[in-house]
Formats: sequence, structure tokens, C-alpha cells
Amino acid sequence: MADITLTINGQKVSVPEGITVLEAAEMLGISIPTFCYEKDLTAPGACRICVVEIKGWKNLPPSCVTAVTGGMEVQTESPAVVEARKTILELLVANHPLDCMTCEKSGNCKLQDYAYRYGVTSPTPFEGEKHNWEADDSNPYIYRDLNKCILCGKCVATCRAVEERNVIDFASRGFNTRIATFMDTELKDSSCVYCNRCVTVCPVGALTDKTLMGKGRVWEFEKKEVTCTFCESGCKFIINYKDGRVVGVTAKEASAGRPLCLKGRLGTDLMNNPDRTDLPFINRDGEFVEVSWEEALGLGNIVEKINSLKK
Amino acid sequence: MQLFRAHVLVCGGTGCVSSGSKKIQEAITDELVKQKLDKEVKVVETGCHGFCEMGPIVIVYPEGTFYCRVQVEDVSELVSEHLVKGRTVQRLLFKAPVTEEQVPSYRDIAFYAKQQRVALRNCGHIDPEHIQEYIARDGYEGLAKALTSMTPEQVVEEMKKSGLRGRGGGGFPTGLKWGFAAKSPGPKKYIICNADEGDPGAFMDRSVLEGDPHSVLEGMLIGAYAIGADEGYIYVRAEYPLAIKRLRVAIAQAEELGLLGDNIMGTGFSCRLNIKEGAGAFVCGEETALMASIEGSRGMPNPRPPFPAVKGLWAKPSNINNVETYANVPVIFLHGAEKFASVGTENSKGTKVFALTGKLRNTGLAEVPMGISLREIIFDIGGGIMDDKKFKAVQIGGPSGGCIPEQHLDTPVDYDSLIALGAMMGSGGLVVMDETSCMVDVARFFLNFTQKESCGKCTPCREGTKRMLEILQKICDGNGVPEDITTLERLGGVVKNTALCGLGQTAPNPILATLRYFRHEYEAHINDKKCPAGVCSALLEYKIVADNCKGCGACARVCPVGAITGEKKEPHEIDTSKCIKCGSCIEKCKFDAIVKG
Repeated sequence: MADITLTINGQKVSVPEGITVLEAAEMLGISIPTFCYEKDLTAPGACRICVVEIKGWKNLPPSCVTAVTGGMEVQTESPAVVEARKTILELLVANHPLDCMTCEKSGNCKLQDYAYRYGVTSPTPFEGEKHNWEADDSNPYIYRDLNKCILCGKCVATCRAVEERNVIDFASRGFNTRIATFMDTELKDSSCVYCNRCVTVCPVGALTDKTLMGKGRVWEFEKKEVTCTFCESGCKFIINYKDGRVVGVTAKEASAGRPLCLKGRLGTDLMNNPDRTDLPFINRDGEFVEVSWEEALGLGNIVEKINSLKK
Repeated sequence: MQLFRAHVLVCGGTGCVSSGSKKIQEAITDELVKQKLDKEVKVVETGCHGFCEMGPIVIVYPEGTFYCRVQVEDVSELVSEHLVKGRTVQRLLFKAPVTEEQVPSYRDIAFYAKQQRVALRNCGHIDPEHIQEYIARDGYEGLAKALTSMTPEQVVEEMKKSGLRGRGGGGFPTGLKWGFAAKSPGPKKYIICNADEGDPGAFMDRSVLEGDPHSVLEGMLIGAYAIGADEGYIYVRAEYPLAIKRLRVAIAQAEELGLLGDNIMGTGFSCRLNIKEGAGAFVCGEETALMASIEGSRGMPNPRPPFPAVKGLWAKPSNINNVETYANVPVIFLHGAEKFASVGTENSKGTKVFALTGKLRNTGLAEVPMGISLREIIFDIGGGIMDDKKFKAVQIGGPSGGCIPEQHLDTPVDYDSLIALGAMMGSGGLVVMDETSCMVDVARFFLNFTQKESCGKCTPCREGTKRMLEILQKICDGNGVPEDITTLERLGGVVKNTALCGLGQTAPNPILATLRYFRHEYEAHINDKKCPAGVCSALLEYKIVADNCKGCGACARVCPVGAITGEKKEPHEIDTSKCIKCGSCIEKCKFDAIVKG
């Protein structure tokens, strides 16, 4: 495709036609905050935190859905942009539980990061009603606290991308808008299979992997990328270690491909099980007896023969 | 064909049906049979006349005598006097508001005299459930002309020449819009009619659909031919059952006559039209949300571009206009774009229907040429302010519009002048307020509406309207602080600049416009803890003026909390700690002895 030349924050850049202002800025190493944008998912243009100023445009357009055009003059941190982002953050913070000291997401939370970046603190100028919904603790896998939800919609989009799922969607209107399952049940009564894609894309602490809760702060974890061997799909995921011990598994990428299943995540539990044995058992006269691998696999003779041939 | 010596037109619009026109129609039909006149006089159920406040409306032709507020008891007199003896029933005539003069003829009533009816040309004159009546008024001739003598490109050009702009609110040039959809490549395109009229107090689209559904179908078909669509949807809110019924009848009749469906008028052009009933979300009037709703998804707007002309319904190029816009189209092709464009201002051509509501003497629907002044609409057509009160402001454009004060009443009304004044044309809702309306309370009313109807998708609209509403509530409750005004202006500005769709972008308008013209009222609430209009009850105190009080005790008897005490024939007193400010005492007092402030 043809290249287009535009200016971002005074820097001229040539980029391929058809990409967005956000992608063009990324190419220049300019970071624009995003909540609802996720690579490989259709950008809904909903959170408005990525707005920029473009010369000659009436409003502040969201960079995630605005395509570049030749000669465009973009400002990503102009006073109007900063004012808008700050206001949007203040609006989100005004309706967010500020329990960051115990929040599992702390250190990996976009709201926290951007509030820091734009100097937004509590109390905001917009203090008022806050949501006080009961958290969904109905299942062993996902802890769902909608009071922390900023309604970016990424969980809905990623869930919709899984065949036969589409478990959640937006419900209600106005200030009462929230993400709900069909008939607004708890997750355990929905068709959710706990694939945790939603948890992986959630930019805040609304969705938490329960198996990782209380296991440590994100910055304490050492991360190692592996390919899961539980099935033939071979998903890439991250093993999180703390003090050399595996504490849990997180998906490497959420939206593209199969990110991680229940089996892949829960398998780590076995690693630290104190009852775990290194040797197999066989059923002998109604009782399980510890035996060697050769015996369990019926390889005793073969091993002996190989050993004798070696000599 | 049977000939009748007289026609009795009974209004069958929703307004008149609510005030009992169905019974009137039955009574007239029965009375005609009784007096053996049923072969000489024909009863016709029409669409809305616009003057709903005067309903049920009955018009007798050939004289064109306008009878209003007709009751079942009046019917036998009406038939024997007017239709048998040829004498007008004086007491049922319309009385001019100030002079109290009786006005027998439709055309002489001030409410109609200044109107120029284009979109409403047939409303109230024809039976909407008989396609022949529409055809008799040159219906489907515009379509025939377009299909048989013009190419789609020429149709688009003619639309551009007419200068017609979208009547649903945005005011985008219709010809340009059609041109975009026409240029979009693809074998499948859709023509869509937005009939999800949702502004509080606006009912022009409903009246057109109920009174003249074929004008909308014809407009859509001309549009479909221009852009190359073979299928269309009319998205009507389910709260308009009569409109839906008449649309269904109209579609069936047009299909039967070969004016709709396959091979229209034998020209080879085909187009089917479907009805989709909306489930009552205001945001579904936004075009991308409307299309999402037709597709079966939750009605939530999507970013534009891509515009519907490129990627619309089911990702196909689509053109979407509102009811009133389509109703104007046949006229452009019947009489030519030049004739259409001869009315109006430089950049706003034709006429616009306004729904007049609020503290006016005459409320109802009025279609006026663009460029008319607000003063003419309010004081000539609307008859001025009720109860001789003083005019304060007019809210134009519904919840997305703004309040315009007295000093701008002589501005010629068009799309651009209203935006310059901080309001907007919107769909044409016009709410008139007098000195007893509090402007902070008005802003709060509209914000409450937009907050409840916000789809919740984008942060500025979902959270921002909530906080603006809370601040307004705080000010009305007497807890406002001076910084609230700057916070409102700052937040309003950000929401306007960053919200995803038109609903959010215009939601702060009622606040910003009232702050522009009525800042002193905000300041009075905040600094002096007073509501100058006497509306915000938290800021009011009820007092008895001893000199006026006769000690009759009527107020004490009506007070629900026993806050008023006093000896008979002696001035009474109100215990303000008990008073709940319900206002019952003021209503009851005959001596103007109770004041609030």
C-alpha cells in the first residue's frame, strides 16, 4: 500500500495507508493511553482516553479508530487533549474503589498507570454516587468485581470471539450500564467455561484469576514463556514464579488464537502438591503399591536385554 | 364512483384519538344513517391536523368549517344544523385566543394562517388508509417522474439542487448523502427510514406516518432508486402502534398496485420495504445504533467513519434519513427542485415542522418556512404565552438543544442560526417557558433524560452526564458552591468534544446554553440560595401576608401536614419547620395572601 506522510507532535512520518493514528504514533514511539483498544479485536472507540487533537477537526477524535490521511497534523499531548484525558480519568476514578493497596491488579493496572501519568488523584472534582454491586465470587476461577469495571468492553469482545460462547454483554443504560451474563446470573450459572480470555484483557481489577489471588504482587513475579503441552493446541503462556516456585499461569496473548484453557492454568497446582509422587503405583491384589517405572510400564525384560547388549 | 355533497373529516391522529375522536366518528356515522344522509355525506378518518390541543377536530367540507373539541353530545346538533339546515354550529367554532372572535374557516385560524405545509401537505386532508386518496393528491407522481424520465445520477443532482437538509437533527444535505451511497460500489444496498422519534414532546414524525404514510414510502423509493437499493427498513418505535398499523396498510396497498415490490410501475426497478419495531431506546435514533438494533444487537452507536454510505446495515452501503426528510422528497420531484428551494434561507431550504409545547396558548404541530422568526412561531402561530405570563425562554432541539431568551426571538430560524445561538434544530421540538420556569431546573430535567438514555458505551457520556446531573441537583437543592459553575463548564466542554455519538456530544447543550443566557439564575441559587422562578422547593419558603389574609382557614384545612394555624378571621401563620412546600395552600387561597420565595 502507498505511504502517507503526516505530522505527529511536530515530527514528520511516512506510514502505510489505512493504519490508524494510534498505530502511526506507536511507530514513532509515542505512547497514547488506551483502555478499550486491543490488538486483533475490533476497536470500539468507546473509552475515549486515546483522543488526540487534529488540526482542522471540530472535536477530539479517538486515535484508535481514526485513519491517517495525508498532511494530517496530530497533537497527542496538547493542552486540550491532556484536559480531556484528565477529565475522563477523573470521571473513572470518581466511580472506582480506590483500594489499590490490596487490589490484585495493582502494578499492572492501566487506570493506575494513567492516573499517575496525568496526576489524577482522589477526591476528584466529580465525587458523587458510586456503584456498590456485590462481587461475583460464585466460582473457583474468576473473581468478578463490577465496581472496578470501567466498561471498556474488551471482555465482551474477546468472549464473543470464542465459538459458542458470547457469555457476556452490556446491560442497562446510563450510569447503571454494566457487563452482565444472559439473564444477569452469576458466572457459575452462565455458559462460561472459564477460559480466562476476559481476565487477560481486563485493563483494571474487575476480573481476577482466583488461582493467583493472594499469591504475591505482580512485580514480585518472575516470568517465563512456555508452550503448553497439555494438548495439541500448544498455547503460549507465561509461568509466574515467586521465590523460585511456580505460583500460576497467565496467558501470553488474549485475543489471537487460543490463549489458555482451564487445564493449562490449573496444571500448576499439581507441581506443588506435597502428596505428589515421583514413582508410579500399580494395583496388586486390590491395593496400590509403589513400583519402579520399568515395572509399571512392563519394560523390565526389554531394559535388561538392552543393558546386556550394551555389554 | 359515488358522489357526496359533503365530506366530514374526523381527525384520527393519536392526539384526537386520545380525546375521543373514534367515538365522535362512530356517532357521526350513526347519526347520518339515522337522518338518512349516509348516501349524501361521507365521513373520512384523517391523520393529524396538528392542532391537537383543540381536539377532537371535525372539519366539514365543502365549506371547510373547523369544529373543535367536539363531544359525542354535540353530534346530533352538528348533523341536523350544519348538514341538514346548512347553519354553522357557532358554539363549536374555534375562538381566537385574545379577541375571543369565532373563526369558522380552517384557513383563517391564526394557528394555520402563517403555516406553509409541505411535509404535512396531506395530513388531515386525506384518509391515510386509502392509497387512492394519496394518489388523487398527486401521490406517486414524483416517483413515476424519477423512474421514467431520470437516471439515478439525475435524481441525486435534483436533490442536491433542492438544498434539502436532514430534518432529523443534524441537518446534513440530503442530496450529498444520497450521492455518497450512490457512489459506494456493491450489488446490495439498503434504504432506511429513521422513525425512532424520541425527543420529549416531539411528534412530527408520528403525525406524518399516521396522516400520510405514502409520502414517506414514496420518498424512500425515490431514494432507493437514486442509490441503487433494492430493500429498505422503516425503524419505528413500538410506542407508535397507530403509525405502525398505517404503515403496514400503506405498504400492502402500494404493493397491490405495483408501486412497491418487484418491477415497480413496470420500469424494472424493484424495492421491498420492511418495518422494524424499535424497543424504545432514545439512542436508537442515532444512525449507527439504529442499524445495530435492526441487526438484532444492542442499540449502541459505533464510531464513524465508516459512514453508513460506505458500510451500513449488515456492512452494506446504506442511506438513512428521517421521516420528515423523506416526506419532503416527492414534492421536490413533483414540482421541481427550484420551486422547493424558493422557500427558506440561503443555506436552509424549504419548511420545517415544529412541535409547539409548553406554556403556549396554541400547542400542536406547525410547519413553517425556514427563516421565519421565533417570535412569529411563538406569538402568532402559538398565540403567545398562556395566562398572560411573561415569556422567558424557548428550548429548541429537545434534550440536545438549548434555551433561547427573549433578545434573540427575532432571529430568522434555520440550521445555522440556531447553532450560533447555542441551540440546534434537532427534530423540531419547541418547548416554550414563561417566568415560572427555573432554568437550572430545566437543564436538570434534560440532563436527567440524557443520563437515563445514555447507552453507557463511552466514558464521557456515561459518567459525565451523571456528574453534571448530580451537580445540577445539588444546585437545585441549595447546596451549590461557586466552583460548580466552572466544573459544569469544564466537564460540559470535554463531554461535547470527546463523546462518541451525537447524544453525548450534545448532552451538555441544555447546561451550556442556560449558563450562557441565564447565568444569574445559577448564581442566585448558589450565592443567595434563592430560586428566582420559585420552582426549586428546597430554596423556597412559604409565607402568609398578614394584610391580605382574611382568616378564612381554607389553607389550614388543605395543608396535609398541619403547618398552618390561626384564629378564625385573624391572619394565619405557616410553621416553616413543618411545611413541606407542596403548594396546596397557594392554590386554595382566594386572596393572594400566601407567597413563596
